[in-house]
Amino acid sequence: MSARAIFVAFVTILVKEIRRYMRIWPQTLVPPAVTMTLYFVIFGNLIGSRIGSMNGFSYMQFIVPGLIMMSVITNSYSNVVSSFFGMKFQRSVEELLVSPVPNWIILLGFVAGGVSRGLITGFIVTCLSLAFTSLHVHHVLIVLTTVVLTAVLFSLGGFINAMLATKFDDISIVPTFVLTPLTYLGGVFYSIQQLPEFWQKLSLANPILYMINAFRFGILGVSDVNIGVALSMIALFIIVLFSVSLAMLKRGKGIRA
Amino acid sequence: MKDALVIKNLRKTYGSGFEALKGIDLRVEEGDFFALLGPNGAGKSTTLGIVSSLVNKTSGEVSIFGHDIDRDLARAKLELGVVPQEFNFNHFEKVFDILVTQAGYYGIPASRAGKAAEHYLKKLGIWDKQDVPARMLSGGMKRRLMIARALVHEPRLLILDEPTAGVDIELRRSMWQFLQEINRQGTTIILTTHYLEEAEALCRNIAIIDQGRILENTSKRDLLQKLHLETFILDTRSPLSEPPSIDGYPMRLNGEGSLELDVAKGKSLNDVFLKLAEMNIDVMSMRTRSNRLEELFVAMVEDNNAAHHDVAGKAKEGVTS
Repeated sequence: MSARAIFVAFVTILVKEIRRYMRIWPQTLVPPAVTMTLYFVIFGNLIGSRIGSMNGFSYMQFIVPGLIMMSVITNSYSNVVSSFFGMKFQRSVEELLVSPVPNWIILLGFVAGGVSRGLITGFIVTCLSLAFTSLHVHHVLIVLTTVVLTAVLFSLGGFINAMLATKFDDISIVPTFVLTPLTYLGGVFYSIQQLPEFWQKLSLANPILYMINAFRFGILGVSDVNIGVALSMIALFIIVLFSVSLAMLKRGKGIRA
Repeated sequence: MKDALVIKNLRKTYGSGFEALKGIDLRVEEGDFFALLGPNGAGKSTTLGIVSSLVNKTSGEVSIFGHDIDRDLARAKLELGVVPQEFNFNHFEKVFDILVTQAGYYGIPASRAGKAAEHYLKKLGIWDKQDVPARMLSGGMKRRLMIARALVHEPRLLILDEPTAGVDIELRRSMWQFLQEINRQGTTIILTTHYLEEAEALCRNIAIIDQGRILENTSKRDLLQKLHLETFILDTRSPLSEPPSIDGYPMRLNGEGSLELDVAKGKSLNDVFLKLAEMNIDVMSMRTRSNRLEELFVAMVEDNNAAHHDVAGKAKEGVTS
């Protein structure tokens, strides 16, 4: 395929993905808005007013970056896992497999779709948060880099989950038993400096902690971890997951006989 | 004439150990209308699956218009359109979007893809359903959607796996006409079907596959010439208590007032009618018992099964003795 044809194929997959989650927007875009608004009201306003300040910011200001990242992570992941597994389940993935689209473009197309949904929901949640607090972005480039890399990473994670899944139950196991606990324990609602030393060190093994803190640093200018280390870790994870996804696609695990 | 498809010593053994293809060879010339026939589980869908990259082969070579699928897969895929047996589109997508998306996978920009989609949806009579989600279509419309989708990037080789399964006779005939038309315009077509009258009506060359081996690969005309006898059903004016006895023309009662007659190739039917007239048996109407190709197909597959069981039986005897 020529470079132009490859670009057309990439745009086709991306447009198809955007069309899919826009078609079912009450299932894809509204729930994070409702959930995060509840978080802002209950944790930020009602409980947060009794907690006082954290790392020099109001509790509401402290949790907003984490909650934005939480919606980016869950939405980029769930978009790719449900879309690609849906294609496997309906066998419409065969439309792609019989076509000359290179595997890396298939992967990039789905990842771009996941990133776009993650960014849109992140934007919606950010707009909602402005109704509860004011945000002054400390470092725009770090905010953008962190949010895009995180969305890429979790889109790749969703893709691997979809490749391995054989039934619908399999696509909810990782979000329920891995993503949600790691996100909650990744410093969305607290600074790990408040934890005993053992739990602080254990928290450093949680990759989501680095993403939330890098994003929080971009907005508030405070972080529990080194930003360079955080971004390097995200980049490393992306390289590993991209390679694994590509190898699985090439082998046709779960999609070719 | 160029070869549209060449398969050499193709083998496929599934993870379960089942050997679906035992080294098949096949050649389909450009412009051909080719039928791949075989009973369920014979290896037809595995063969077509490998050609269309949905099944990984164990060994062997496949090339499409000279493009080897191991060395030049993208070029090979560009030449190929596939209509699978099962519906495999996104049931929630609109008909028009399914075609434009498929064209996009082949690098065709949306503006050009839209025109191609309109052309094929109109040709197949489902243009008025362009904005309808695919799940709302009837079974016949879904079949036509899959054909339109396979053609939207203008492939030179079209593979159809049971394209008219579950389609009513009227629609089947109109699909036949459409396929004949695109074949006349130059598209090479490979078809698998359980309706042997379909293969007899449409195809010029036929391969019969059974238990992972090609039993026959020749022109339809040569294949039909192998048919040694043809069976006719004669409806008589009065019911008969036993079949008439005429030398060289075996007959059986086929219910009251109906006879089955086997006529060997080269024998005249006039003799039968003269003898029946002498016996005061009036024949009111006559028809062939079944499709000629079907008889041949059944005979070949039964012979193959018998040979297979024979070999297996002898092997077993050898082990136990």
